[in-house]
Amino acid sequence: MSDALIRLDGVGVSFAGQNVLHDVQLSVKPGEIVTLIGPNGAGKTTLVRAVLGLLKTDVGLVWRKPKLRIGYMPQKLHVDATLPLSVLRFLRLVPGVDRRSAQAALAEVGAEQVIDSPLQSISGGELQRVLLARALLREPELLVLDEPVQGVDVAGQAELYRLITRLRDRHGCGVLMVSHDLHLVMSTTDQVVCLNRHVCCSGHPEQVSFDPAFVELFGQDAKSLAIYHHHHDHDHDLHGSVVTDKPHEHGPDCKHA
Amino acid sequence: MPDFLLNALLAGLALALVAGPLGSFVVWRRMAYFGDTLSHAALLGVALGLMLDVSPTLAVTVGCVLLAALLVTLQSRQPLASDTLLGILAHSTLSLGLVVLSFMREVRIDLMGYLFGDLLAVGPSDLAWILAGSALVLLLLMLLWRPLLAITVHEELAKVEGLPVAAIRLSLMLLIAVVIAVAMKIVGVLLITSLLIIPAAAAQRHARTPEQMAFGASLLGILAVCGGLSLSWFQDTPAGPSIVVSAASLFLLSFAWPRRTA
Repeated sequence: MSDALIRLDGVGVSFAGQNVLHDVQLSVKPGEIVTLIGPNGAGKTTLVRAVLGLLKTDVGLVWRKPKLRIGYMPQKLHVDATLPLSVLRFLRLVPGVDRRSAQAALAEVGAEQVIDSPLQSISGGELQRVLLARALLREPELLVLDEPVQGVDVAGQAELYRLITRLRDRHGCGVLMVSHDLHLVMSTTDQVVCLNRHVCCSGHPEQVSFDPAFVELFGQDAKSLAIYHHHHDHDHDLHGSVVTDKPHEHGPDCKHA
Repeated sequence: MPDFLLNALLAGLALALVAGPLGSFVVWRRMAYFGDTLSHAALLGVALGLMLDVSPTLAVTVGCVLLAALLVTLQSRQPLASDTLLGILAHSTLSLGLVVLSFMREVRIDLMGYLFGDLLAVGPSDLAWILAGSALVLLLLMLLWRPLLAITVHEELAKVEGLPVAAIRLSLMLLIAVVIAVAMKIVGVLLITSLLIIPAAAAQRHARTPEQMAFGASLLGILAVCGGLSLSWFQDTPAGPSIVVSAASLFLLSFAWPRRTA
């Protein structure tokens, strides 16, 4: 696996004596989309922080390709309301960025209209795109996205995932992302890593969604969620299982019960 | 213009110039209470400086740096919130400073001067310290401007992008410590933070870029120093508090000014 961008081997992290991650294996290759899924508290963000080098691991090996350029999109961005900062200035905090390259990056993610708006005044969906544009301006070999669709409506979520796939195709970068949205993610990802403090199962989306460990973690309903694309007419509970309080209407290619 | 007034004016202007951009960071990063704590601790620095017979400015700078280091250590070691820690450190260092001073009966010092400033007593050597300190801080601020903004916006993002976040954060604390040491002579330990935050807060409403806010704060600080010194000269009021009062008036006036619409 010498062509990998990052490789984690037997990584373990504990906070205050509590094992948060245990014996985790993970690798991301160029042009590959790897998605981390798992219930709340499964250690997804912790694993991402270990990959980014923001966190020291207790055991195991975290290997990064030498001089790896990482574009990071944090889960949220809170900028103090007193700091007058336009989107352009925010993007120009990356060294070597001028108005033209900032505009190009914003156009690529479909947010060129906000370039001169104050950062605090744009909507949640626009902010996600701006953060993605900033990650792209680093010309990354690896994009790390921590819940990239947070605060975006369902239609926008699917579009953002398609955008991430397009960006991967155009830039040829590896992508590591954290997600809750099983069904949306499964269609756009090359490899799924199902995490619950350790790697429950990993592999191609179809493979993973029939894995007993996956079914146990997310419930029977997730099996059908995972492999078909469909429109949402129900909610998920904290563990990603379907919560139905009204009859579910099947889409044209919906095959589950 | 008499010499002492000229010295006072130059010292005040130099301080106002650096307090603008530095104060903006204090406002953006919500470090007002941190600045207050460092300035309260400055009195302990003075006391120790007198005891060990070193220059008070040097002693205060070193004292503030040590306090900042102590604070960072405490924050990572135990669960008390930052404002609780700051409250403990601010008042215990101020009290300790007063207690230490009271033991040194042979040195007669003007305590009021340290607490509220004694701008009109700034001598040529004080002025040299103030000018050199301000120039140094201003230069470092310009060099560190972009990294400082980057860590203010998002520390982890900055770290992933390769910035030495801990070092940059520490340098900001050091810069604040130097300015407090420099400003002590001008407005006194109890009023220093006001010169950092009031002009910046007043400039905030009308600024559209970080630089506009920093320059605006410097400009308002300069106006406040001129206004305060005039008040002091014509009405015989204490210089330091007069500067703070005129800064506060400018802050109130900033609300009367209509906000520019984008």
